[in-house]
Amino acid sequence: MTWAFDAALCALILGVAFATVLGRGVFRSIVFFIVYGLLMAVAWVRLDAVDVALAEAAIGAGLTGVLFLTTFGRLARNVSDDAAPGRFHLPAALACGGLTGALAWAWFAMPAPVRREWELPPAGVENPVTAVLLNFRAWDTLLESIVLLAALIGLWMMARDGDWGNRLGLPQHVRPGGVMAGFGRLLPPVGFLVGVYLVYVGADQPGGAFQGGTVLAAVGLVAAMAGLVRPPRIAAHRWRVALVAGPSVFLVAGLAGAVLGAGFLTLPEPVAGTAIFVIEVGLAISIAVTLVFLVLGPPEGERRE
Amino acid sequence: MSALTLYALTGSAAIGIGFYGLIAARHLLRRIVAFNLIGSGLFLFFGATGARGGAADPVPQALIITGIVVALSASALAVGLLVAHARVAGRVVLPEEEDGG
Amino acid sequence: MADIATIAFTGLGLCFFIAGTIGLLRFPDVFTRLHALTKADNLGLGFITLGMLFQVEGWREMALLVLIWALTLLAAGTVSQLIARAALKDRSG
Repeated sequence: MTWAFDAALCALILGVAFATVLGRGVFRSIVFFIVYGLLMAVAWVRLDAVDVALAEAAIGAGLTGVLFLTTFGRLARNVSDDAAPGRFHLPAALACGGLTGALAWAWFAMPAPVRREWELPPAGVENPVTAVLLNFRAWDTLLESIVLLAALIGLWMMARDGDWGNRLGLPQHVRPGGVMAGFGRLLPPVGFLVGVYLVYVGADQPGGAFQGGTVLAAVGLVAAMAGLVRPPRIAAHRWRVALVAGPSVFLVAGLAGAVLGAGFLTLPEPVAGTAIFVIEVGLAISIAVTLVFLVLGPPEGERRE
Repeated sequence: MSALTLYALTGSAAIGIGFYGLIAARHLLRRIVAFNLIGSGLFLFFGATGARGGAADPVPQALIITGIVVALSASALAVGLLVAHARVAGRVVLPEEEDGG
Repeated sequence: MADIATIAFTGLGLCFFIAGTIGLLRFPDVFTRLHALTKADNLGLGFITLGMLFQVEGWREMALLVLIWALTLLAAGTVSQLIARAALKDRSG
């Protein structure tokens, strides 16, 4: 019975993927991409990876979709016409079909898996994914937080020199008593609670810094889009502190591990749980602020006619 | 055909579809969307591989979460480049593909 | 017994979703499609949530399910208003 569900889900995923690539118009493509991300989240739950499902729904479908939609709106200001639809490209289609066939052959040619019976060594937290992310493979997560920062700096370099002093992103025009303003007042309290809860509960259950940080970023974005909070300027120092808080806390924890004799980025067992919690809080703050700034974009000036 | 094989094949097909979109689309934003499609398909393939051993393997899941976040960062940077290009060139298609070819 | 209730309510919710989808595909313009979508889908989701309530134990999980439905209602209502206003401006501008 569940096989039928899996088969239907996979067929839907493929259909939506085709619609994303072959559909008419950019807007249609973006909307189908968001649907694709949500279906992927369901697929992740079926694969027994709930943390990944949360991350895919929040970041893959949610934030990426918002990014593309705001970009579409931004392009409509600069470019007057839409590109003509392309023709069907037969050599590319054959090559991509070959690629899919090669990957399918690779799947069937893989040696049979060894049934694992080992357990993770005690890590201070119960959620194995959090343990892997923040304790055993902490190096990857540290670099990932720095990659986020690097992407933001690269994005800021796209701003024109004259715009550097302006506020981030495009100015929003919101009716003061309207629906968006009301939504911007109702959602942030609930969203903030959910985000903090996701970060806190990520130690023992599915959740964690990335998922919770993304929900907090969404709350910030809603508040900015509703006109209730004005985006900061690039040179604002308090926001820069929030941006680097995550990687800094992580680095300090890693160096503390080295000083205490356990090795760089190795958390000694008695303090592992507390250290992971502190690192998660710092990471969540940094991720939330970085994601908000990534989606808002570089500062832009007034619309040039 | 087990459920895991279904997901792995879906991931492979998504990678192929994404690559076709990356090559054949003329509008640059559609290329970025297709690039994200490749990434999602790749994660699904990898996740199906990781779920083979019976119990859920946390290491591939952690790597996939990292990958999702990095894919968002790359998309944001790509979108910034696209907007800057559109601002300068006035078009959202690369110059060599301007004429209906 | 609980399973029968779940199946019944989920089936009812599915009928509403199908009705909403047919409206989305067949109605001529944005406003009628929005009407079909929001009326049918919010009710459909409400019935599915009602069906799910029979499967969980504990007040906390039940309250969380109802909270999910309430948040979806809030988001759907806001978004459909914004879409309708934008479509109105497009039509008259």
